[in-house]
Amino acid sequence: MSKKYWETLPQGSVVLEAGSSAKFKTGGWRSMRPKWIEENCIQCMFCWMYCPDMSVKVTAEGKRAEFDYDYCKGCGICALECPGKKGNKAIVMEEEGK
Amino acid sequence: MTTKPLKLRELAKGEDRFVHGHRMCSGCGAPIVVKQVLMATDYPIVASNATGCLEVSSCIQQFTAWKIPWIHSAFENAAATISGVEAMYKSLVKQGKLEDRNVKFVAFGGDGGTYDIGFQSLSGAMERGHDMLYVCYDNGAYMNTGIQRSSATPFGANTTTCPAGDVIPGKLQQRKDLTKIMAAHGIPYVAQASPANWMDLMKKVQKAFEIKGPKFMNVISPCNRGWRSKTNDAVALARLAVETCYWPLYEIENGVTKITFKPKEKKPLVDFLKPQGRFRHMFNPENEWMLKQAQEYVDNQWERLQKEAAFFGGEEKAEEK
Ligand code: SF4
Ligand code: SF4
Repeated sequence: MSKKYWETLPQGSVVLEAGSSAKFKTGGWRSMRPKWIEENCIQCMFCWMYCPDMSVKVTAEGKRAEFDYDYCKGCGICALECPGKKGNKAIVMEEEGK
Repeated sequence: MTTKPLKLRELAKGEDRFVHGHRMCSGCGAPIVVKQVLMATDYPIVASNATGCLEVSSCIQQFTAWKIPWIHSAFENAAATISGVEAMYKSLVKQGKLEDRNVKFVAFGGDGGTYDIGFQSLSGAMERGHDMLYVCYDNGAYMNTGIQRSSATPFGANTTTCPAGDVIPGKLQQRKDLTKIMAAHGIPYVAQASPANWMDLMKKVQKAFEIKGPKFMNVISPCNRGWRSKTNDAVALARLAVETCYWPLYEIENGVTKITFKPKEKKPLVDFLKPQGRFRHMFNPENEWMLKQAQEYVDNQWERLQKEAAFFGGEEKAEEK
């Protein structure tokens, strides 16, 4: 995004583009990385419901897809809440960059 | 409009009205609250926001996480702002200048902007009877400016303006019961909710949007920075708050109190306090009285709430669920 100076900004602190925060990627904040283990996933969608950063992607059928690492901040809420299959979590946290 | 079914798979197909790229801290509870409130309905929503964590992190100049019309003006006037928007909308519709699209008006505020600084404008908007829903996300202190105590801060908590040390052992006062204060305004709907119980929260939002007049919801919103907890436990703590009856889930509709969720087994309050560093000093032997006092307070409040609900026959209804 090109740098804007005050003369070019809309007057009155108005933001004209809804949802423009998506241009700001927060994935770089992450020090822990959630990993999805699909075979343990029961598609309960809890991870999607509880993610504070809307970083669990969903297919057109409403099924869980991969994480959105552009925005995921690595908080680990999804991993803690994931029931998994027979006690085996479908999300584990790993150190970023390993 | 028919009320939207609350099935996760169906909800997941919908479009987010609060999107990623916001700059709330990793693991914050507030965005979870906001997304659940907005997801509960397909009505067009116009929102105002009091100054606070949510406001400063969700709209930073050209970057806004909101996909709905959203307005911020100051700390103390989220309710006054949205009540003005609502009054204007009604007037324009009446004058035939705008088609009525059943727009719903919502104000979001933290506990600082709701319990303290924005209280007079909230009280005024409720008394004037505006058709609006006020949602307080209560994280129990001024977190955005560095964890100063608010009137929502629980007894015993360590904050930077009631620091636990040699002089005082954290906050000495109990928190203000804002949910009850709002109920005392005689408005048609008041509720308390938790993002861990997403279905309960969303049902309350849906109910609120079908009621004309002023509505208020108080939602617990864990903050790992201020609560000195882990980044992954916002939902777990929001759940423990409910299971210990620290934060009972109930609603007061037209003066009738109903408990909407009763934990099968009421957990001891320490289960909620222990994972939070802000209460660490309460576990020192000389502060045992604090744990006792905190537990007694929760027990008394829970006892009273149950009596109120029983008075209205609300208990059996709660059991049905
Ligand atoms: S780690 Fe946190 S931010 Fe990342 S997907 Fe899981 S819940 Fe969302
Ligand atoms: S919480 Fe776990 S089991 Fe449920 S959908 Fe997410 S990854 Fe799958």
